[in-house]
Amino acid sequence: MVEQVRKLLEKRVESVAELENLRQSILGKRDSSRTCISVCGGTACRASGAEAVVDAFIDEIERRELQITVELKETGCHGFCERGPVVVIRPKRIFYQRVKPEDIPEIISETVLGGNIIERLLYVDPATNERITYEPDVPFYKKQTRTIFSANGEIDPTDIEDYIAMGGYSALSKALVQMSPEEIIEEVKKSGLRGRGGGGFPTGRKWQSCRDAEGDVKYVICNADEGDPGAYQDRSLLEGNPHSVVEGMIIGAYAIGSHKGYIYVRNEYPLAVRHARIAIEQAMDYGLLGEDILGSGFDFTVTINKGGGAFVCGESSALMASLEGKIGEPRAKYIHMSEKGLWDNPSLLNNVKTWANVPLIINKGAEWYSQIGTAGSKGTMIFSLVGNINNTGLVEVPMGITLREMIYDIGGGIPNGKKFKAVQTGGPSGGCIPEQYLDTPVDFDELTKLGSMMGSGGMIVMDEDTCMVDVARYFIEFLKGESCGKCTPCREGLNRMSEILNRITQGKGKQEDLDTLEDLAGILSGGALCALGQTAANPVLSTLHYFRDEYVAHIDEKKCPAGICRELIQYSIDPEKCEGCLRCLRACPTGAISGEKRKPHTLNQDMCIKCGACYDVCKFNAVIRQ
Amino acid sequence: MELVLDFPKVKAIVESYTEKVDSLIDNYADKKEQLISLLQDVQAEFNYLPRDVLIKISQKLDIPVSQVFSVATFFRAFSLKPRGRHLVTVCLGTACHIRGGQRLVDKLERDYRIKPGETTEDLRFSLETVNCLGCCALGPVAVVDGKYESKMNPDKLDRVLRGYK
Repeated sequence: MVEQVRKLLEKRVESVAELENLRQSILGKRDSSRTCISVCGGTACRASGAEAVVDAFIDEIERRELQITVELKETGCHGFCERGPVVVIRPKRIFYQRVKPEDIPEIISETVLGGNIIERLLYVDPATNERITYEPDVPFYKKQTRTIFSANGEIDPTDIEDYIAMGGYSALSKALVQMSPEEIIEEVKKSGLRGRGGGGFPTGRKWQSCRDAEGDVKYVICNADEGDPGAYQDRSLLEGNPHSVVEGMIIGAYAIGSHKGYIYVRNEYPLAVRHARIAIEQAMDYGLLGEDILGSGFDFTVTINKGGGAFVCGESSALMASLEGKIGEPRAKYIHMSEKGLWDNPSLLNNVKTWANVPLIINKGAEWYSQIGTAGSKGTMIFSLVGNINNTGLVEVPMGITLREMIYDIGGGIPNGKKFKAVQTGGPSGGCIPEQYLDTPVDFDELTKLGSMMGSGGMIVMDEDTCMVDVARYFIEFLKGESCGKCTPCREGLNRMSEILNRITQGKGKQEDLDTLEDLAGILSGGALCALGQTAANPVLSTLHYFRDEYVAHIDEKKCPAGICRELIQYSIDPEKCEGCLRCLRACPTGAISGEKRKPHTLNQDMCIKCGACYDVCKFNAVIRQ
Repeated sequence: MELVLDFPKVKAIVESYTEKVDSLIDNYADKKEQLISLLQDVQAEFNYLPRDVLIKISQKLDIPVSQVFSVATFFRAFSLKPRGRHLVTVCLGTACHIRGGQRLVDKLERDYRIKPGETTEDLRFSLETVNCLGCCALGPVAVVDGKYESKMNPDKLDRVLRGYK
């Protein structure tokens, strides 16, 4: 009796049967018909004011004494960041967007108590002008296939019982009790899962080589150093469903015979760090981490390490150097990290999304998993659809969907009636894909064929106002700053490329610069030590290939067709359109604009620093940029 | 004005500083490999990495000074110089870049005469850039003392900053 009470207090589950009992008791306490208000608490919605919305709900629920009938949940990222803060009211899944604290009393009285829909807060489909009431009907969600991302909008990431209630840790039970490590690896191999961090290496093969590697001590590492600008799906998973990542790691550790794991996460993601930490503590309390997990005799613990803000640390050998407390320099990988990695021990490193796929594969089987996707790329992928796009957000789609479907059907197309120019995939090491390839199916191999890559899943849409030379310059500048400096091709090559690109964007480029860029690109891809340098030239090569005319315009005509490169543009005021409102005159930081009220203003070119302040404030489109 | 040094007070400040430093380092007594985490704790406490603390870390944890400094200067999250009262971080991730993030930096360079990584003379603002904060829907984004300011333009940012003295 005393022993039972102690166990109950300790929450620890000691066997698979006890975990099932716990799950049933949690489910028994829950009423699925009860109203549940879930507020998206991802970083983007928080930045739009989600915390104030949560506070307002708490106050209103208390004021009306509805604590028993209404449940309030702050969940992880729902993915539709463009319309944040997002609120979903279950069980009907009524979808309200851009909710403000002032709306809360009305939501409670009208929708929760009265059963009425508040039209004002509904999402309006820009294509049809139709108001959409329920979450699954919103076009942004409709075309998605959510598997690893499915629970994000439903569970409270800081409550392990939510995860357990929806079947969490059942894959771990299955793996520990019904499967041998070899069978687990076989299943992962059969599923066709490939590394989701960008490389696309077959996950099962990596696991196998780490299991086969000699050594008593082995490590399991989760790479959450998501450095690609414009990609944030790893953060959202770790924020919104950290237990799925932890569960995947435990299964991986059991399969290769490791007892120690690390999550290496970016310092810039404080919420992800906090949620992962809470998840690990709770898993320890419940006996799902620690010693003798579920009575299987298997021990495993996980530690969180925060990165120091170095992009190169997303590379496996640099990440491990940084875990050892050293600077994040990569090393040549004649010997794979799966054989000699962290402190020279065999180390299994996978991306956040890869780990989150593992419980699904174990639970539903390799056969189910391999039905999703294309011949060479199985499963789903989460992309972050950002840039000049109507529906910015995270989308999970089966491999093989076309770029056009993603950008137009899910992303809602390009805002402000602008024309599509290119989509950049694969982060700084990826490439820009022009319009004629929009019907290409997206998977690891197809994107590589186009001179880009899958990368971590960033997808940046660019409209006609984007200068492709400037984009190439931006990425090279980025990589120059992030190059660790260890190997010469990357350190020097990127510096030279940056000089040339800066020169071109300033109108001082020469025709032969383009050949030099291509030469340097060849040296980088052939001679650099790690993937950062080897792929660094992709943005230059792909823009040179698809948008060479823009380079030529900068060099020959000294013009930036998109009107971005500051040295090559000129601002002027159209006297026909200028109403003389003084707005630009006040905004100009250098006093280059003169004029009187209600009379057309003039701009003194000698004083203009081309900051664009006048262009921004003009209400009459009278400021011309060309 | 005659300068009167209040010795007990100075002594108390020095002691509490030393105590703080010691307790931070002692948390990592047998964990040399967690140098980066220790430096993050030090920076969180003092806003930058004071030189004497780095030397003390080297002595107490028996790590060569050169290694402590190499780590402290390699990662962009660390600053060896004192930072301002308010930290302005401008996101220059790709999505923010194509929506005009650089123009926010240009504005600060012009108005406050600071480049990324620098601090104004009056220690009012430090300016940093970051490669992506992962809230691309809200770009261009600037963060002032941890508060996210979304859909910024140079003019809006200026109005926001006026609230920070």
